[in-house]
Amino acid sequence: MAFRSHVLVCAGTGCVSCGSYELGAAIESELAARDLAREVQVVRTGCQGFCAEGPVLIVQPDDVFYCGLKKSDVPTLVEEHLLKGRPVRKLMYTPPTAPAPVPTLSQIPFFAKQRLVVLRNRGLIDPERIDDYIARDGYAALAKALAEMTPEQIIQEIKLSGLRGRGGGGFPTGVKWATCRQAAIHRGVEPIVVCNADEGDPGAFMDRSIIESDPHAVIEGMVIAARAIGATQGFVYIRHEYPIARERLAKALAQAREYGLLGRGILGTKFDFDISVVQGAGAFVCGESTALMASLEGKVGEPRAKYIHTVEYGYKNLPTNLNNVETWANVPLIINRGAAWFTSMGTGDVSENPWNGSSGTKVFSLVGKVNNTGLIEVPMGITLREIIFDIGGGIPRGRAFKAVQTGGPSGGCLPSSHLDMPVDFDSLTAAGSMMGSGGMIVMDDQTCMVDVARYFIAFLTEESCGKCIPCREGLRCSLDVLTRITEGKGEEGDVALLEEMGGVMQDACLCALGSSAPNPVVSTLRYFRDEYDAHVREHRCPAGVCKALITYEIDQAKCDGCHACVTACSTGAITGQVKYPHLLNKDLCIKCGACMDACKREAVLRA
Amino acid sequence: MPRLTIDDLKKMRDQTAGAIALRAGTARARVTVHMGTCGIAAGAREVMAALLAEIERQGVTDVMVATSGCAGLCSREPMATVEVLGQAPVKYVNLTPRDIQEVFRRHVLGGDVVTESALAAGCETTG
Repeated sequence: MAFRSHVLVCAGTGCVSCGSYELGAAIESELAARDLAREVQVVRTGCQGFCAEGPVLIVQPDDVFYCGLKKSDVPTLVEEHLLKGRPVRKLMYTPPTAPAPVPTLSQIPFFAKQRLVVLRNRGLIDPERIDDYIARDGYAALAKALAEMTPEQIIQEIKLSGLRGRGGGGFPTGVKWATCRQAAIHRGVEPIVVCNADEGDPGAFMDRSIIESDPHAVIEGMVIAARAIGATQGFVYIRHEYPIARERLAKALAQAREYGLLGRGILGTKFDFDISVVQGAGAFVCGESTALMASLEGKVGEPRAKYIHTVEYGYKNLPTNLNNVETWANVPLIINRGAAWFTSMGTGDVSENPWNGSSGTKVFSLVGKVNNTGLIEVPMGITLREIIFDIGGGIPRGRAFKAVQTGGPSGGCLPSSHLDMPVDFDSLTAAGSMMGSGGMIVMDDQTCMVDVARYFIAFLTEESCGKCIPCREGLRCSLDVLTRITEGKGEEGDVALLEEMGGVMQDACLCALGSSAPNPVVSTLRYFRDEYDAHVREHRCPAGVCKALITYEIDQAKCDGCHACVTACSTGAITGQVKYPHLLNKDLCIKCGACMDACKREAVLRA
Repeated sequence: MPRLTIDDLKKMRDQTAGAIALRAGTARARVTVHMGTCGIAAGAREVMAALLAEIERQGVTDVMVATSGCAGLCSREPMATVEVLGQAPVKYVNLTPRDIQEVFRRHVLGGDVVTESALAAGCETTG
């Protein structure tokens, strides 16, 4: 019997860790107990994007979104909504600024401002069922590419769409495919197709979510490219830290093989292609094309100089076409709906030259000091303000926006004066940041920009492979200087030294990891130089973050002796009788700030 | 499962698309069975089961079935509301499993209101 209602339970990594599998099972058993199991279907979908409120689910066709669910909510949910058709308001989402719960998806700003292209199937299909993907026009683009298009036409369509690499570089995808095809024909060898799923930026989970929610979209994109450039062998290079993504990808590949969508004679034609999965061990540098290919070959994951490009000599010296997960997932829709549809979204005019603009959409993982953390997809050209304040719901606890970091650890921090800037490849680069793979970290006024730069440089120092000196030593030296500044030991000339080292690294590093590594320092110097000066000249941290530069004390006039700070303090630094002003012993204080969070009368001062 | 050809893929898509269409919120009509305590006591669960069975038998995939609370006319339960896209909703009363199947065939599929069971067309004034 057909189901009248579908309960789409999010089974992305975020919600799974909040217990969505248990929640789904509880709903199923409650449905069975009420004899509704044949009327209502529970579907586990990929990430629905609203990770901040997990576990989440959507009831369709009613379009009602529930969040923050517990197992104890299940009986009410099933009886009221699924049996009696009365959506349960108290389990719905309340936006931070709205007075009453908002019932449907289209009324929640988080969902309403998004445009789902790559994530078109998120929350709608079960990623482990190929039939669900096919029902949503899955593999139709492959059928079209095989039956109605020549390889040249496929490449031309991708070129015209202006699709640019979503892994960070923004290189025009169609141009890359054409070069790879040419190189293979010229040398008389078979090219290789590779999917880069080695997502390593801290706080980024776009590729992970795409594979978890819609693995077949990535596979279909790769098969179409293989047809276009003449490849028979492909790889997905995925990090081993993504267990759910790996599992779903493996299932999807097996199902595609069973249906004849991979392997020999795809869809009854003479075209052969298959994909193997290779696990990366989690080195950040292996997301870089030449290091990734070295790792694929079983060598140490180190980059090489790129005077010869990997599209000509890549994996085992064969012409190799490497694209990122999100790029691949765009391909089927461009083939299905045409380049003109794709260029209707975005900025610039890419009809003559794909470098002239940014078409389509971009997926971001929106994290940090923002109310709605999660996975979002927006049209290119949307402003940072719309992303952070409309979709993201603004800054928590009414604090002020300070900066947004885009492009991962080697991206840059943009201040509030850039909030109305359109988000596309070229605007971000011009402002001193970059698109990168799509991490977006929002920072509030309690964030110290010197400390942020130090954090990212520390990450990159750990991850530098050490092959070239400017990157290895430049990062280590930058980290020393930044650490000194945050400890209050900065000297005149430190800032100039950071700038000089940044310039050398940008010019001299072997790969993009190194040449973009100074970005966090360069961009914070560009927009927040006064904070560096305050640290160096006045030994003061304006945001109150750098522990060596702050002290806590208790305002005797405001303290009412409630004892809350005494309970919160883990080192016994605060003493005093109940109902009498307390005292803080600075020798015992570790400056964790717990007393400040615990105090309701703002009697704890930070200087 | 045998390996697919391009034609097989299209057939498969057409067969499966309907089930997913409901998840994406696209449908040509919507039948709401009123499931208040009064409705359930009067047999709304059986009406629902009969409706779903009829939809299955007809192979229809783009009609939404929803439940809702008491429609306010407890004496005439089980009740259902049929909304065909672009037309005023029609309320049906005193339904039996056989009636709802008739309503589905004649109104939802055929486009004619089943006057024997219909109470009224249109909605109540709200707001």
